[in-house]
Amino acid sequence: MSLTHYLVVSAILFSISVIGIVINRKNVITLLMCIELMLLAVNTNFIAFSRYLDDATGQIFVFFILTVAAAEAAIGLAILVVLFRTHRNIDVADLKGLKG
Amino acid sequence: METTLSLAQVITNINHDFWPLFPELFLLSAASILLMIDVFSVDMDRKLSYNLAQFILLVTGIIIVFQFPTSQDFLYHRHFIHDPLSATLKISMVVLTSIALMFARPYILQRRILRGEYYLLHLFSLLGMMLLVSGSSLLSLYLGLELMSLCLYALVAMNRRDKLSAEAAVKYFVMGAIASGFILYGISFVYGVTGQIHLADIAAFLNDNEASLTLRFALVFIVTGLAFKFGAVPFQMWVPDVYHGAPTSTTVFLASAPKVAAFGLAIRILVFGFAGVLVDWQNLLIILAVSSMLVGNLVALAQTNIKRLLAYSAIAHIGYFLLGLIAGNTQGYAASLFYILTYAITALGGFGCLIYMAKGRQEVDRIDDLKGLGQRNPWAGLLVSFLFLSMAGLPPFVGFWAKLEVIKAVLNVDGLIWLALVAAFMSIIGLFYYLKVVKVIFFDKAEVETRIRAERSLRLGLGITSIAVIALGLFPTQLLEFCQKAFQYI
Repeated sequence: MSLTHYLVVSAILFSISVIGIVINRKNVITLLMCIELMLLAVNTNFIAFSRYLDDATGQIFVFFILTVAAAEAAIGLAILVVLFRTHRNIDVADLKGLKG
Repeated sequence: METTLSLAQVITNINHDFWPLFPELFLLSAASILLMIDVFSVDMDRKLSYNLAQFILLVTGIIIVFQFPTSQDFLYHRHFIHDPLSATLKISMVVLTSIALMFARPYILQRRILRGEYYLLHLFSLLGMMLLVSGSSLLSLYLGLELMSLCLYALVAMNRRDKLSAEAAVKYFVMGAIASGFILYGISFVYGVTGQIHLADIAAFLNDNEASLTLRFALVFIVTGLAFKFGAVPFQMWVPDVYHGAPTSTTVFLASAPKVAAFGLAIRILVFGFAGVLVDWQNLLIILAVSSMLVGNLVALAQTNIKRLLAYSAIAHIGYFLLGLIAGNTQGYAASLFYILTYAITALGGFGCLIYMAKGRQEVDRIDDLKGLGQRNPWAGLLVSFLFLSMAGLPPFVGFWAKLEVIKAVLNVDGLIWLALVAAFMSIIGLFYYLKVVKVIFFDKAEVETRIRAERSLRLGLGITSIAVIALGLFPTQLLEFCQKAFQYI
């Protein structure tokens, strides 16, 4: 397995997450999952490069990204709870109060 | 062979001088102490928390002024940069946060968002911004950016019982997370190509090597992420929704200090790291700037909601502000800094006046709500129209000098004269909707005749911002020199 293989996998993951965010009309939780996937794609990239360059910096960067991703997920879910309490559902299609 | 380090060795290895980091350290520990005080506070009005938060901001500001650097130092394994630019940005962000809190206090007093966390999130967000503007590696920049953004997401969602606020928070969160994802994906490729995460090393790499296609690809991702954070067209869709849906007191903050921090991020990455591929990011920024000026100004014409009008005007202002970066020289960067600082002050006052006008729980939403402000309170009407005229870029207000400086910066670059013409033309179009607001304030008859009785901190905040706008407009040289000094080490 060469570096390119790993990069292709991460590019595919990244594309899936972006497409998921764009075409998802159903559920806000799916959006959160896509965002997580995006960060994981980045992590795959970093690990692959780190191994390729034989340099630990990339792996340390990944630890920081994982930590931030956890905090981000916590805030995202908290906002989701607020959304559910005010809207009584979490459909993306219902987010249309703000327009103009 | 060196094996494991003993604890004593580790401690002696930490021989850093912590003085340059002292403002951040102080802000972090003081905010944490305030968090504990707030938990045990029985005061329902949270007056103590507010006063302490303002006190912390004051002390942080004094510390930054006191240790204002006269040289450029890379510290703590070169993850932290201590230079006049970072200190300048930090001082301005502390001042902006403090004024934003002045506006926020009466607003949240009247609504049910009165919790100490509100002030604390401002402080932690400010901490993130301060780390961001003095980050000198991609890692520290990313961490500062996230600390700032995470606090802002929570601030937008703070009005828990409001549908619009929750919706705005979801939109802001998703867009912000995508932006971070794009920036990170770009960073991962930069790391892969150069093997470095320090900005100085990346710049050195670009000096020695020709930029590969992969590196340019990474740059596109980074610039896209930056554009998301700035709210530049075509990545602007969240700006009007978030500004509209968020509690006005949060919008005040959102429109000011984070923009200055985003400027710091752009300068650090593009100028400190990627100066070698100036032409590449210059072209990307030209597209962003032209489309922002066009879309922002034209869509703003059609708005009837004042918060959305100000949001589109913010998009247009980001377009003008990018002109200075496009110029790609020290004069241009200084002009950009001048622009973003004056815009942040004006936006603070512009959104602040909506809080000033709100009575009780009612929000000021439509432009028509400003009707007859000139009759009801002539002084407030005058001060608010100063702010709008400054945004429009009329002399003698400071907005005029800001526009003049960025346009001058672009004119000095060969082949970009058309860009200056576009900017000048678009600001004439912009004049129309700003003057419409001023007309509503002074020449439309008021629906209610009652005088406005506002809190002292609101009057103070509005007074400070409008007087700053006129005073800086009359004496712009000092601030401009201050901005130019910030860039003496580039």
